[in-house]
Amino acid sequence: MELLVSLGLGILAAGGIFLILRPTTFSVVLGLTLLSYAVNALIFFGGRLGASSPPLALAGASGQTDPLPQALVLTAIVIGFGMTAYLMALALKAKGESGTDHVDLGGDQ
Amino acid sequence: MSHLPILPILLPLVAAILLLVTSGMETAAKRAVSLAAFGLLAIVAVVCLVTAADGTVRVYRLGDWPAPYGIVLMLDRLSAIMVALTSGLAVAVCMAATSGTDTQGKQFHAFLQFQIAGLNGAFLTGDLFNLFVFFEILLLASYALLVHGGGLARARAGVSYVVLNLCGSALFLVALGLLYGTLGTLNMADLVVVLPQVAEADKALVKVVVTLLAVVFLLKAALLPIGFWLPHVYTAATLPVASLFVIMTKVGIYALLRVSAIGFAAAPFTADLLQPWLPWLALGTILIGCVGVLAAKRLGMIVANLVLISGGTLLLGVAELSAASISALIFYMVQSTVVTGALFLLVDALARQRGEVGDALEDGPKVAGMLTLGGAYLLLAIAVSGAPPLTGFLGKLMVLQSLRETETGTAAWFVLLLSGLIVVLVLARAASVVFWEPGSPGTEKHATVTLVAAPGLSWALILMLAAVPVLTVAASPVSAYARATADQLLSRDAYVAAVIGDPSAIKRERRP
Repeated sequence: MELLVSLGLGILAAGGIFLILRPTTFSVVLGLTLLSYAVNALIFFGGRLGASSPPLALAGASGQTDPLPQALVLTAIVIGFGMTAYLMALALKAKGESGTDHVDLGGDQ
Repeated sequence: MSHLPILPILLPLVAAILLLVTSGMETAAKRAVSLAAFGLLAIVAVVCLVTAADGTVRVYRLGDWPAPYGIVLMLDRLSAIMVALTSGLAVAVCMAATSGTDTQGKQFHAFLQFQIAGLNGAFLTGDLFNLFVFFEILLLASYALLVHGGGLARARAGVSYVVLNLCGSALFLVALGLLYGTLGTLNMADLVVVLPQVAEADKALVKVVVTLLAVVFLLKAALLPIGFWLPHVYTAATLPVASLFVIMTKVGIYALLRVSAIGFAAAPFTADLLQPWLPWLALGTILIGCVGVLAAKRLGMIVANLVLISGGTLLLGVAELSAASISALIFYMVQSTVVTGALFLLVDALARQRGEVGDALEDGPKVAGMLTLGGAYLLLAIAVSGAPPLTGFLGKLMVLQSLRETETGTAAWFVLLLSGLIVVLVLARAASVVFWEPGSPGTEKHATVTLVAAPGLSWALILMLAAVPVLTVAASPVSAYARATADQLLSRDAYVAAVIGDPSAIKRERRP
C-alpha cells in the first residue's frame, strides 16, 4: 500500500514538473494542477493510511483517523483551485494581448 | 483575553469587503474609506507597539480553542514592529495611489486592503498552516495589484510571478504535510516542545522539512539563485505598488527569522542547518544586486536592485541568529523598508514630470522643483547607501558590528562596504543624468511637460521622508526596542509558557 501510494505521488509530481517546464501557458497550468493534486494527496496521507476508520470518535468504530489533515487538505484544495483559476484568467488575458500562448509572450525582456 | 491582536487583520479585511460591496461608489468616496481604514490601522499599530513593549507575549486563541489544537495569533515585539511598519507603508502607498494610480484599473483599494490584511496576518500568526493561508491571501492580492494598470509588460511579469509563487506554495504545502506527518503539530511554539523529542528515524525527514520551509521563505525574500524574479516584477508594477512590494520580501525574511529563532533553534539537529550556506548566498545576493544596480537603465530598476541588496544584508543577520545580529537586522529592516519604499515614490514623482522618458536614465525634460525633489533624492540616496550621518549608516554599522566575530565576518565587511560604494556611485551618476543634464538637443519635444498636480503623492513622499530624520534622531530608543525584541525572540520558553502553558499536561499519542 505504502509503495503504491508513494509511486503514485511520485508519478503525479514528476508529470506536473515536466508540464510546468513546457513553454506554453496551457501546459504550465495543467502541470500546476497535477502538482497540486500530488501535494494535496501528500497532506492527506500525512494522517496515515488506513481503511474504514472514521475521522470522528464513533461508538463501535475500531479506531479513528486523524481529522486534521482532512481539514488542512480542504483548505489547500480551495486555495489551489482559486489560484489556478486566477492564473487561467491571467494567461487568457495575456494571450489576448500578445497573440501568443508562449510563457514569455513573444517578448525578449 | 484582549482582542487587540486580531484588529490589524480584521480592520483591512472589513474595509476590503466594504469596498467590494459598494464598488459602484465614487472614486473619492473609495479613497476616503480606504485612507480612513489605514489611518485607524496606523493607530491600532501604535497601540500594538506600546502594548507589546512590556515584553509579554500576548496570545489570541481563535474560537477560544486551546493551543496546540486550535490556531493562535501571537502579538510580541517583533510582530508589533512588523505590523507598524506595514501600516505606515500602507498609509503612504494609499495616499500616493490617489494621485491617479488607483483609477488605472478596477478595485485598487480593495486589493490594497486585502494585501495589508494578509501581511498583518502573516506577521501575527503563531501557526504554520495559518501562515500559509495568510501568505496566499497576500499573494493573491499582490497578483492583482501587480497587473493593475494593464499592459503587456505587466501581464508578462504577472504570469511568471504567479507560476513561480504557485510552485512556492506547493513546496510550502509539501513541507507542512511532512511536518504534520512527522511531528504531529503545526504550532510554532509547540515545535520547541516536540522537536527535541523526535525519534532518530524521523530526523532526516524533519531536516528535509526545515530545508523546504527555508527555500519557500527565501523565494519570497529573493535570495540568490531564486531571487531573479524580483527586479523583473518590481519594475513592471506601477510605482506605488512597487513601493508596497518592498515589504513583501520582508515577509520571507520575517518568517524565516521567526521559524528558525523560535522553532528550529530548539533542537541541535535543526539548529545549524542554515548556517553553512545562508551567509554566502546572502553575500552573493548583495553582489548580484550591485551588478544589477550598475547595469540598470531605469531609476526603478536601480531601486528594485537596492531591495535585493537590503534583503541580502538582512539575511546575513538571520543566518547568524545572535541577539546582536537580530537587533541589528530589525533596525536595518525598519529603515531600509522606509527608505526603499520612499525611493519608489520619489521615482514616481520624477517619472511623472519627465513625460515619455519616464524613469529611464536618458536626457529628458528639466525637472521642476529641483530643490525639493533633488533634496529628497539626496536625503534618500545618503540613507540607502549607508553613508553617514543618516539612519542607513547607523543600521549598516550595527549589522557590521554584529558580524565582526563570525566566520563570514571579513567577507561580509568587504562586500557590504563595497556595495555601499557602488550604490553611491550609481546614484550620483543617475542624479547627474536626471537633474543636471536635461534639455539637450533632440529632447525639446518633452520640454513642455509641466508638473502634474499630485497632492496625494506629495503628501505620501513628505510622510516617508519625514520618517528618515525621525528614525535617525530616535535611533537610540528604536535600537533599544530592537534589542529587547531580539532578547524576547531568543527566550523560547516564554513562548511555550504563553501559548501552550504546561507542555507536560498535553497528552500526545505515539504516532504509528
